[in-house]
Amino acid sequence: MGVVDERAVRVHRLVADEPARPGDGHGVAGRLRRLCTAAGRALSASGAGVSVLAGDGMRGVAAVSEPAYEPLEELQFTLGEGPCLDAVTSRQPVLVPDLADGAMGRWPGYASALHDTGVRAVFAFPLQIGAARLGALDVFRREAGSLTAGELRDALTFADVAVTTLLDGQARAVPGSAADGLEDEVVGQRAELFQAQGMVAVQVGTSLVDALARLRAYAYAEDKPLGDVARDVVARRVSFDGGQS
Amino acid sequence: MTTVSPERLATLFVDVADTLVDEFDVVEFLQMLTRRVAGLFDTGEVGLMLADHRDRLTFMAASDESARLMELFQLQYGDGPCLDAFRTARPVTNVNLAAATEKWPGFAPRAALAGFESVHAFPLRLRKQVIGAMGVFGSSTELDDADAQIVQSLADVAVIGLLQERAIRRGEVLTGQLQGALNSRVVIEQAKGIVAQARAVSPDEAFTLIRDFARRNNRRLGEVAGTIVTSLPALPDLGGR
Repeated sequence: MGVVDERAVRVHRLVADEPARPGDGHGVAGRLRRLCTAAGRALSASGAGVSVLAGDGMRGVAAVSEPAYEPLEELQFTLGEGPCLDAVTSRQPVLVPDLADGAMGRWPGYASALHDTGVRAVFAFPLQIGAARLGALDVFRREAGSLTAGELRDALTFADVAVTTLLDGQARAVPGSAADGLEDEVVGQRAELFQAQGMVAVQVGTSLVDALARLRAYAYAEDKPLGDVARDVVARRVSFDGGQS
Repeated sequence: MTTVSPERLATLFVDVADTLVDEFDVVEFLQMLTRRVAGLFDTGEVGLMLADHRDRLTFMAASDESARLMELFQLQYGDGPCLDAFRTARPVTNVNLAAATEKWPGFAPRAALAGFESVHAFPLRLRKQVIGAMGVFGSSTELDDADAQIVQSLADVAVIGLLQERAIRRGEVLTGQLQGALNSRVVIEQAKGIVAQARAVSPDEAFTLIRDFARRNNRRLGEVAGTIVTSLPALPDLGGR
């Protein structure tokens, strides 16, 4: 739409300005750790974490703002319950401003474990593009209370950035392309991009996540806007099933 | 439309409210709404967009293909009545397209070319927040103040229906629900792409296949789309060909 997206610019800058630490992993892992730390600070949280779900059922913790939060992220997978898993399943944010209010019944094991470590509120945001589910961003707070409207929008924007970062980590994507104009188009809700994603998934016989990674890699390699590539795919001028284009 | 009869209006509101039940499908609901609003006009078609957390509008539903194109033109060219209604939080009524080229250089000529003569747009509001807009595209349709209020009320009902929340107390509920609504539209687009490729049809034809399959089997549009995107590559037999 050509509107300057100040919120996205600001959130990108917060992540980019977050200093690296000695223990940071390479590439995506390090970027996600900086994202978690920046998100935690911007949202007045005590910690934040990103957990991923891969297409083959593999799941795990991708990054946490502080090492102390790694077991808390991990525990959801061990127990098979928690806001992160619910956010992924329901494809909607799960907002728990007060753990003492109903959460114990919903996640008996996880909620009490969180409470024991001093967490009083937790907010989980799905990392997804339609049916393509990548994982979730969890935000933990030591005081009960809702996120403000502005914080909520910021949190969703951090989730957008996490989606792009994870896509960049896909095998076929080109590392380092996160900060360019692709990000806006990836989550820019362009109908043709999502249609092209479905088409490529069938052409290649792959998941929707991988199909999007291939579309992005192609756009990067051809130096074309992602939206143009999507339009070409939908118009059947470009095909990913080998040979004809 | 020049003021609808109270009977017809009452039926309309009940129909819209009647969908606020358990088995709720947001895209289906919005499509029903756009068709009902279009039905109020002799020649009007209706399209609806919602905004995400970064205030970017997305197409959600339309009464027919021409109205969908009108929404997409606005998004593509960055001008048009729905964008104005969204930005200003006020209705835009009775704009003659022939005289609107300066105001909407991208949208107006294309809408005129498609055969429309006048447009209206209404913000979708909840309290102080504007979450989207509904556009009405017609041929020489004049709305008086009473008409405009009726359509705006329907837009307000749409917001309540959309949220599926008996008591909306906090902005966070709204944003969460919107997030889910926007994502369910993305799932439908992905399903269209999958079916288009698998059946060698256009995305629009794919949508017709999906929608007709849902109707024949008495299933929700979103549910069928969800099955298609998750059961890849075992695409359900949609029939219809």
